[in-house]
Amino acid sequence: MTWTWFHRLASPPYVYALAARLTPWFAWPAALLIVAGLWGGLVLAPPDYQQGDGFRIIYVHAPSAWMSLMVYTTMAVAAAVGLIWRIKVAHAVAASCAPIGASFTFAALVTGALWGEPMWGTYWEWDPRLTSELILLFLYLGYMGLRAGIEDTQRADRASALLAVVGVVNVPIIHYSVTWWNSLHQAPSVMRLDKPAIAPAMLLPLLSMLLGFTLYFVALLLVRLRGEVLARERSASWIREAVSA
Amino acid sequence: MRQFLDMGGYAAFVWPAYLVTLTVVVLNIVWARRALERSRAAARRRLDARGEQP
Repeated sequence: MTWTWFHRLASPPYVYALAARLTPWFAWPAALLIVAGLWGGLVLAPPDYQQGDGFRIIYVHAPSAWMSLMVYTTMAVAAAVGLIWRIKVAHAVAASCAPIGASFTFAALVTGALWGEPMWGTYWEWDPRLTSELILLFLYLGYMGLRAGIEDTQRADRASALLAVVGVVNVPIIHYSVTWWNSLHQAPSVMRLDKPAIAPAMLLPLLSMLLGFTLYFVALLLVRLRGEVLARERSASWIREAVSA
Repeated sequence: MRQFLDMGGYAAFVWPAYLVTLTVVVLNIVWARRALERSRAAARRRLDARGEQP
């Protein structure tokens, strides 16, 4: 097996063109899956025997929370690759992730609060799961603030990558917080080693939303990546082609 | 329809949760496109500054 595909992925013109071509292949399936998931979650799924229709918040809360963790992990891996192999494109991926991840962490916290009030009797509690998710939001904001504060892109890439890599320790803490500590938050119903603890009519719309949000993230990432790649390119004549197209 | 909108009495929590999430979904599309547009404009300016026509 040759490594040419890997080298091509580190080449800005190749990545720019590939990202533009791939975007609709992720965006349209994402839109279909999300619409199907909303229909299934709001209309087809039966009310929960304990939470009634209030449980339907799961179809926006769980995908947002999934995004907050999955995007951070992607960002940290890309940042590490950028640091270790000094690949500009990898730093561009990491920088593209941050605003997406931050906004969905915010959505996860707000939808969680809106679910907490009717079920636990409070919008907010300094609970392990809630607190560690709030720290995740601060990590994203710190990462973005750090980047914004450094004029030189290469230096911003390296400094922020270090923060992203160190901060990844928070991801398993968030995931396992509900089993390690006594938390108000329920334990995982879908991402567990045995089979999911949720009925198929409720589970399928959720899986559709989770997959839909993941594909939607890839589409967003591809659009942002083109901008970040372009911003890192100084001399190349392909910029002319890229901006005139 | 009325019953659907009422969400079994949880309307005040369910609908704002959906609204916030869908707003974030739509805003991310707008932001991503705008970020790409800004980068393209900046790249065009860099080319112009060097006296090259894009």
